[in-house]
Amino acid sequence: MVGAAAIGIVALLIGLGIELTSGSWLSIRTFGLSFVTGSTWNSVIDTYEVFPALVGTLTASAIALLLGVPVGLGVAIFLSERARGIRAGATALGSLVELLAAVPSVIYGLWGLIVLAPFMRDYIEPTLKSVLGIPGLFSGTPIGTDLFTAGVILAIMIIPTISAVSRDILNAVPNSQREAMYSLGATDWEVVRKAVLPYARSGIFGATILGLGRAVGETMAVTFVIGNNINLPHSLLSPGATLTTLIVNQFGNTFDPLSESALVEVGLVLFLLALVINILARLLVWRMTRSTRFRV
Amino acid sequence: MTSTIILGRHQSWRRIFDRIMKALILLSVAIAVIPLFFVTADVVVEGLPAISWAFFTKNPPSPLAGYGGILNGIEGSLLMVGMGTLIAVPLGVGAGIYFSEWPESRLSFLSSFTNDVLAEFPTIVIGLFVYALVVAPTRTFSAVAGAVALAIIMLPIIARTTEESLKIVPVTLREASMALGIPRWKTIFRVVISTGKSGLATGILLGIARATGETAPLIVTAGYLNFPPTGLFQQTGSVPYIIYNFGTAGYPNWTTVAWGAALVLVAFMLILNLSVKFFIGRRSTGIRAEI
Amino acid sequence: MSIPTSLSGVQPKFETKGLKAGFGSTWVLNGIDLKIPPNRVTAVMGPSGCGKTTFVRCLNRLHELTPGAVVEGEALLDGEDIYDRRVDPVAVRRRIGMVFQKPNPFPTMSIYHNVVAGLTLNGERDKKKLDLAAENSLRGAYLWDEVKDKLRDSGASLSGGQQQRLCIARALAVEPEVILMDEPCSALDPTATAKIEELITQLKRDYTIIIVTHNLQQASRVADYTAFFYLGKLIEFDETAPLFENPKEELTERYITGKFG
Repeated sequence: MVGAAAIGIVALLIGLGIELTSGSWLSIRTFGLSFVTGSTWNSVIDTYEVFPALVGTLTASAIALLLGVPVGLGVAIFLSERARGIRAGATALGSLVELLAAVPSVIYGLWGLIVLAPFMRDYIEPTLKSVLGIPGLFSGTPIGTDLFTAGVILAIMIIPTISAVSRDILNAVPNSQREAMYSLGATDWEVVRKAVLPYARSGIFGATILGLGRAVGETMAVTFVIGNNINLPHSLLSPGATLTTLIVNQFGNTFDPLSESALVEVGLVLFLLALVINILARLLVWRMTRSTRFRV
Repeated sequence: MTSTIILGRHQSWRRIFDRIMKALILLSVAIAVIPLFFVTADVVVEGLPAISWAFFTKNPPSPLAGYGGILNGIEGSLLMVGMGTLIAVPLGVGAGIYFSEWPESRLSFLSSFTNDVLAEFPTIVIGLFVYALVVAPTRTFSAVAGAVALAIIMLPIIARTTEESLKIVPVTLREASMALGIPRWKTIFRVVISTGKSGLATGILLGIARATGETAPLIVTAGYLNFPPTGLFQQTGSVPYIIYNFGTAGYPNWTTVAWGAALVLVAFMLILNLSVKFFIGRRSTGIRAEI
Repeated sequence: MSIPTSLSGVQPKFETKGLKAGFGSTWVLNGIDLKIPPNRVTAVMGPSGCGKTTFVRCLNRLHELTPGAVVEGEALLDGEDIYDRRVDPVAVRRRIGMVFQKPNPFPTMSIYHNVVAGLTLNGERDKKKLDLAAENSLRGAYLWDEVKDKLRDSGASLSGGQQQRLCIARALAVEPEVILMDEPCSALDPTATAKIEELITQLKRDYTIIIVTHNLQQASRVADYTAFFYLGKLIEFDETAPLFENPKEELTERYITGKFG
């Protein structure tokens, strides 16, 4: 009987895949490959192509990783290495960072729209534009609700994931490695950089991929701040869309089977992305911690 | 005196670099924690004006007309999360028991791996799945569809925490029980579960916390209603949807309603999280309170 | 504590004065006054829990890295207290090498990079110097002939005994003056053990060696001097042969005759 529940879970995932595929079949047949390579999403001419959203997902996620991984890793290093002597502080801090993960993404979205986006528009983005204003990078008028801000919000949201997983990875590095490096006359940072991090390499990479998975799947926080524009963005300061926000935004506009099918196909693309990313991440993290399963 | 065992001058850059890196690490800790501070502060500051007794008993206001309340959302969320829990708990606890008591079977491996993947899945995709499964055939957004979507989202958390809290129960307890001739299923239910009870409670609370905050799947399954639930197969409102709807509209009073709803949601999460910590403290099951 | 007559007038390489160490409120070492002679092998022996490993880890300031660790007293390396507030532990550890109970080569580095790991810390980049140091250290650890054709292989690809000699080579490469060994052979088979014991007797020509061991025969084979610890105190310190044959303290005698482990 409990075995049935276990079977049920596997059936659920398989069912998910099947249902999404069958729901997108009409769209797949109609558009084929141009679904992911074309840039027109227009119900008037019955054309649905998601390349801009794909670009949006990848760009926002890339920014999120670029900003979130160093911070998350830094927190993990602090919690596992330096805080060795400061026990109480470490646990409190660890709980604090975990609380970040407990905030629902819709609240991040609200805050992002009302507090962060104006801040980005008035202070950060003009600065970025003047320092790195290459066309394609930080060009165009800063409006705050754009790809870049979406990336920043995502970064904030994946920091707890990356730091929690990385911290466990770092704790799994045997102490004898650290002691060997210390006894050669290394400073604290050198021990981390030359003995701990290399040893933890694949696990940290796995943590990064898990963070990527989180960023790719995030919907609400992003939809508040990304500007929801289905055209191909021409810079990080352009409004845009991601696969997830596309679904949420176009949902009310789908009245015929083709557009409905197209939206389901977006879901299918997300499904495949999430599957690949998740499996890859878990393989990397498992190898490192060498337990039967690694818990995030 | 100690000239030979203080780092020579050409080495002092190593010491400086060490200090710089330590400062950077502290900086990253600060960067990680600052948004939390700001988000919480803003939610409290912006949301407090909307809070009143009426906020919990009235429905949302029209544009530009005061703060009204979020009764529709509270009742809708309670309904859907409640139903979702009823669906997810038996399945999740069952699966968790299977993972912990039959860990070597291939099904166990496959299923718990799938479980972990499902736990991190984009919830909008889960929503689409339920849309195709429930909404399309019934031709209506519904509380039931919303509940099913939430159940799928809660399931992995409950399964995982059940498994972990059961795993902590020492093997010797199981062995002793079976040595006394008690059949396996009874051993599991009497001995193992009663010992791992608080772990189960933790999992359920964590699942509820996660489900309560979800918005995207509800957008495509339950829709929205400005009134308390009118029927299981009718569109139903929820607190997160209020935040989404009213937060993006642009009317100042609606924005405050959204902040107020956010405050209520955060307060609810806090209570849940504290309850979880209370349970963990009681039993030190070692499960991390992460949603 | 009486000094063995052969050591009177000899400037000790390492001298501890009232060295106490422990964790939190529990002392593991209770005031050790010991003079370690230069260019000799000194064994530190005693039953489990006597503090011998803690003692040795105090000598390269490794003990304090454990959360809650406490240290008091003085440890003088060539007459200078390594616990003086102005001293940088990094510099101390550079002068003192350590070999651990379980071989711990860095698995993500090649054999070559393992050996020169300590040198690259200091920013040494001259390939020729590094190559030379690697060869010298590997020769000094009796490992060169076995690995000279596979220097690029992973450090973890060697047998246990070879890994331990790799760790010794790694320690030698930074040209320490003192080498601490914490039961270096306890994880190795007899053949590997014999090789390393032979290595130790050669190394003392250039280094001061302090070896923790619980193996009485090993101490009698390799050590010139032996210190016997019990429950955190130094009970007796003498040349190995007289200590074994004619212990002055009753506790020592009971330990040597196997009355307690």
